[in-house]
Amino acid sequence: MQILRRNLTAYGFLCAALACFTVFAWYPMVREFILSFQKTDLINEPIWVGLDNFVTAFQDPAFGEAWLNTLEFTFLALVCGYAVPFVVALVLNELRHARAYLRFVVYLPVMLPPIVAVLLFRWFYDPGPGLFNQVLDAFGLPPLAWLDSSSTALISLVIVSTWMNMGSATLIYLAALQNIPPELYEAAELDGAGIWKRIRHVTIPQTRLILLLMLMLQIVATMQVFIEPYMLTGGGPENATVTVAYLMFQNAFTLQDYGSAGALGMMLMIVLLVFAAFQLRLTREDKA
Amino acid sequence: MQRSTGLLLVSALALSTAACGSGSEPATPTAGGAKAVSITVACQPAKSAPKERQAWDDDVAAFMKAHPGVTVKSTDQQPCFDPKTFGPKLAGGQMETAFVVPVTNYNDVISKGQALDITPYTSEIKNWNDLRPDHRELVTKDGKIYGVPNVHYSVGLVYNRALFTKAGLNPDAPPKTWAEVREAAKKIAGLGAGYVGYGEYSGGNTGGWHFTQAIYGRGGSILSPDNKTAAFNSPEGKAVLQTLHDMRWVDNSMGTKLLVGWESLMVAMGSGKVGMMLGAPDVVTDVVNKFKGNVADYGITGFPEAKASLSGGEAFMINPKATPEEAKAALAWIDFRFNTVGKGRFDFARGKSLGNPVGVPDNAVFGDSPTGQAIQADRVKNASLPVTNYETYVQAAGTIPPKAEPLHAQELYAILDVAMSGVLSRKDASIDQLLADAETKANAVLAAKG
Repeated sequence: MQILRRNLTAYGFLCAALACFTVFAWYPMVREFILSFQKTDLINEPIWVGLDNFVTAFQDPAFGEAWLNTLEFTFLALVCGYAVPFVVALVLNELRHARAYLRFVVYLPVMLPPIVAVLLFRWFYDPGPGLFNQVLDAFGLPPLAWLDSSSTALISLVIVSTWMNMGSATLIYLAALQNIPPELYEAAELDGAGIWKRIRHVTIPQTRLILLLMLMLQIVATMQVFIEPYMLTGGGPENATVTVAYLMFQNAFTLQDYGSAGALGMMLMIVLLVFAAFQLRLTREDKA
Repeated sequence: MQRSTGLLLVSALALSTAACGSGSEPATPTAGGAKAVSITVACQPAKSAPKERQAWDDDVAAFMKAHPGVTVKSTDQQPCFDPKTFGPKLAGGQMETAFVVPVTNYNDVISKGQALDITPYTSEIKNWNDLRPDHRELVTKDGKIYGVPNVHYSVGLVYNRALFTKAGLNPDAPPKTWAEVREAAKKIAGLGAGYVGYGEYSGGNTGGWHFTQAIYGRGGSILSPDNKTAAFNSPEGKAVLQTLHDMRWVDNSMGTKLLVGWESLMVAMGSGKVGMMLGAPDVVTDVVNKFKGNVADYGITGFPEAKASLSGGEAFMINPKATPEEAKAALAWIDFRFNTVGKGRFDFARGKSLGNPVGVPDNAVFGDSPTGQAIQADRVKNASLPVTNYETYVQAAGTIPPKAEPLHAQELYAILDVAMSGVLSRKDASIDQLLADAETKANAVLAAKG
């Protein structure tokens, strides 16, 4: 009781946070779970349909393509969006001049609303007067179809996504790098370690936890990719950019099949929970 | 790090109130002491069309003056009906008292109980009996009436007369066959970089929608007569895709950009660099009013070689939660704004003064009834365009039999988007394969739907 009284203010703040999480995160999740077993039009009384929604979602002609595209997008986004920011952070960390300016430049795209960034890239990718093809032309290279070809559309979306989100990851890595005690580098240098050995034996072990956390966060985020296909390609051409989140949106808001959209959401959540559990375990092992 | 808030944001937007209400004076009680009624009505023009919006607001003020005790609040969601927000708005109590529904969604909305039975109140629509019986039939189920037919269209070929002239083509002799369409498109595309002879959709369900228009025109179907299997893998379906493929890759007359979503082709058309597209007369109105097209540039002709035309349209329906007083007031508004000769949308003199394309034959819900004839006479009298520009369309529309959209239209359109984007994005696309794949997928969907 005394402990409770002493920490009353802290519990007050905690309650506010819990209320927010309950209303905006947990309640919708529970509702979606319930929805995935119901047939509803949001007006009339919902009907319990067991696993029918999961069967419907599975039978969707675009189901397989959506999962493959999502996994491919996640993989490509990790290749670009996981390693590149770390390298950029390493470079920024080594700089002695203009570090603040470059940090601002790297972070700038994050400040743009996603819709604005996407519309900007729509112009960049325009097969006619688009910036990218103008640049290719300046170097005497043939134009690319970018969003208008099934072979380049997905990677084009990955480029947009990486550009939009690289700044945040870079700053987090940079913060982690700046927390490494300089004595460790000094000791490594005294032992004759070059830059690569310092990165391998000091930087990476010291930032291991944050690297694991970022890997997890990026997998979770990129697997939910929606804005880019929605705004730029409509899932095309030839379903090349249909993702699970986009298919969910289509089912819910174009076909008004909220049940199968909920079922897809549950499937996606289960996959992401597996990743999360894996990450937690790795983190625990690391701490041990 | 990818921002996972995107989906949440869009969903939240879809679930939020769709539009800003326009300000209106509070209702004054009627002289007889009748209860004051407040209604919300959809379809107020957007802020980007200030003149049309002002005209709408003037109509609201005039209506409220004529109906003391009734307060009208407007919403300006664009387009008026958006399937993405329809269900959530209704569930969240945000749906207007009077809302608009496209013909493709009539059955769905009525069968789900999402529209009020307005049978007792149809007398509020003074010229109800002048509305075409076949359209009234569409909003009637089990003898009960659920809507007021508002728009009917059949497909034609919308074309840019200015570009025709520029390309050395005669705008008074638009194409009558697909061979002529191809020739005209080549000449327009030959005007230089950025010019597109023939524009076509390929995504966001619009590709499948236009494939349906095209296959109907050639006499084909999307579904078998019993609606159990796909019927588009046919000579007509192949002809549609082959023509598009050849125009895109052999003639190079369709531009290089895939058009995804309704507004993409409208924006292109409004830019004045697209020669032709399939569309109804409302395309001209939208291109001019919403996408800055030059009113004098556009014309419509009959659907080339058409054996049938995809028939579309919309009706106003009333919120199922409306009270009898609200339903009556909403229907009185619909009557005032949308069904009265010389008033509201049929105030052609005002439309002309606003620079609207008056003269476009954009409504057939009244057919040849006295109201229909009066509207047409008034339209011709106030025409801001040579009515002869649309003569070929009017003649053709009267002779081409209408054909309704297929069952499970949106699901099938999504599948057919793939075929459309295939021929328009790949030179080596196999049309047989694309159609066979689409057929397999469509049959699976149809089987699952029962």
